[in-house]
Amino acid sequence: MSKRTAAERVALARHPQRPNITDYIDALFTDFFEQKGDRLCREDPAILGGIALYHGRPVTVVGTRKGKTAEESIRCNFGMPGPEGYRKALRLMRQAEKFRRPVFTFIDTSGAYPGLEAEARGQGEAIARNLMEMSRLTVPVLSVITGEGNSGGALALAVADRMLMLENAVYAILSPEGFASILWRDAGRHEEACELMKLTAPDLLAMGVADDVIPEPGGGAHLAPEQTFRELDRALSRHLAPLLKESGPVLAEKRWQKFRKMGASPKEEA
Amino acid sequence: MNGIFAKRRARLLAMKAIRDNYIPGDQLAACPKCGGESQRKDVAGNLSVCPLCGYHFPIGAYYRLSTILDPGSFRELNEKLPAADPLSFPGYREKQREAQRKTGLTEAAVTATGTVGGRRCVVGVLDSRYMCGSMSAAVGEKITLAIEYAMKNKLPLVLFSASGGARMQEGILSLMQMAKTSAALARFSEKGLLYISVLTDPTTGGVTASFASLGDIILAEPGALIGFAGPRVIQQTIGETLPEGFQRAEYQEEHGFVDAVVPRQELRDTLARLLRLHEKGGRP
Repeated sequence: MSKRTAAERVALARHPQRPNITDYIDALFTDFFEQKGDRLCREDPAILGGIALYHGRPVTVVGTRKGKTAEESIRCNFGMPGPEGYRKALRLMRQAEKFRRPVFTFIDTSGAYPGLEAEARGQGEAIARNLMEMSRLTVPVLSVITGEGNSGGALALAVADRMLMLENAVYAILSPEGFASILWRDAGRHEEACELMKLTAPDLLAMGVADDVIPEPGGGAHLAPEQTFRELDRALSRHLAPLLKESGPVLAEKRWQKFRKMGASPKEEA
Repeated sequence: MNGIFAKRRARLLAMKAIRDNYIPGDQLAACPKCGGESQRKDVAGNLSVCPLCGYHFPIGAYYRLSTILDPGSFRELNEKLPAADPLSFPGYREKQREAQRKTGLTEAAVTATGTVGGRRCVVGVLDSRYMCGSMSAAVGEKITLAIEYAMKNKLPLVLFSASGGARMQEGILSLMQMAKTSAALARFSEKGLLYISVLTDPTTGGVTASFASLGDIILAEPGALIGFAGPRVIQQTIGETLPEGFQRAEYQEEHGFVDAVVPRQELRDTLARLLRLHEKGGRP
């Protein structure tokens, strides 16, 4: 794996040409049918989800959507979901459970949207509900962080049996800018924050938060997307196979055990 | 023999509670809401609620427990669970020590068993004086252990939240506590057990987006700030001033996220009543 500073990886994770969820869906799945709406309030384009075939097997795919063009970015709120997005995601995951489909989630978001209406409709409640319900799903759940995974807004799609990260993806409590501004009241110190936050894929693998790291071509996923898709496909197949052999309750129990250990003996983690 | 221990426990909690019920100022305490000055002992004697306008001063964890639990019933759980520094974050140990000195706590959460109106339950309290009650690995672990204890002993659970959100210095492990506590509550709930979440000022960030929002019943203290994103961040994002009362307990009640706003003076009775209503037959 290439040697890069954490700040360089953050820049790559945010690269405007980096493949987004629609690229991954096109490359890894066939017959994708998009499902819209949370059935309560509205459709949130910052989350894309639906049914597709993965190597011929019906699966549910859900993830955050960042636009490619300016217009699309605005429509998708730059990949920052509101509560309706998280509730749609939950609706699709419950449906996946009903029809015994594995769930794949793709995460690339700077975080949940901090807006007035998002708060009025219960952003915190929507995220909490997802964490609670995802932990009990009786179908396999695989999550991939493809770019940035920030805050509860990323975690709300990431209570998974297997957490995969692309080599230059990052996963953190919030953006390095936000981190620096909260801790030192100086967003300008974000590069320093990047190093201290331990947010790179290799760091998270070492901490046991990520289960696998998918190599990217030198220079980043956007330079040779086909190669990245191939590597990711191979890893997803490899991780899905053993999960398909487990019973539903065993899957849920093992997922619980996995999260139960996080920070359970903080002294040894240091 | 039980009597002796009960007395000792009552005395211990009373001592810790006195220290926690401290309101800054000499003879007079100024209310940050109405600006009015009251005798400190009047505020302290009024459960740290401003006698003039009803503003609820933030209170420490042990004092909170002493206002809720029946005298002598307090038994602390996992008191010795240590604070941690999983990322070896520069300056963090010193910050922790400072917070420990200031509050007399080992971390931002205190968990205990006790009775409320004669009914046994597990109670957890976050203390906003300790690094803004932020969620560290130790806080997440204490809350999870409390949930597991309640589950094992088939007891109802009451959690008082007061938190600025994630503990920055613990990075991703702080985030993971959201998943851990929520997953623990999912298992707890499947056993048919009762969880009452009480939101106090302030409940924001990762605590709102996890266990605080997952109660079967959600109560809030009057005027408490409750939200995911903080008002400053929202204001910066949308570039306009926020409406009066935005994200306050009454606003959350109106928007459907809180069952009832309950003044501090009525909390103990309300909890006792809810515990009774969840007993078989609901006998008085």
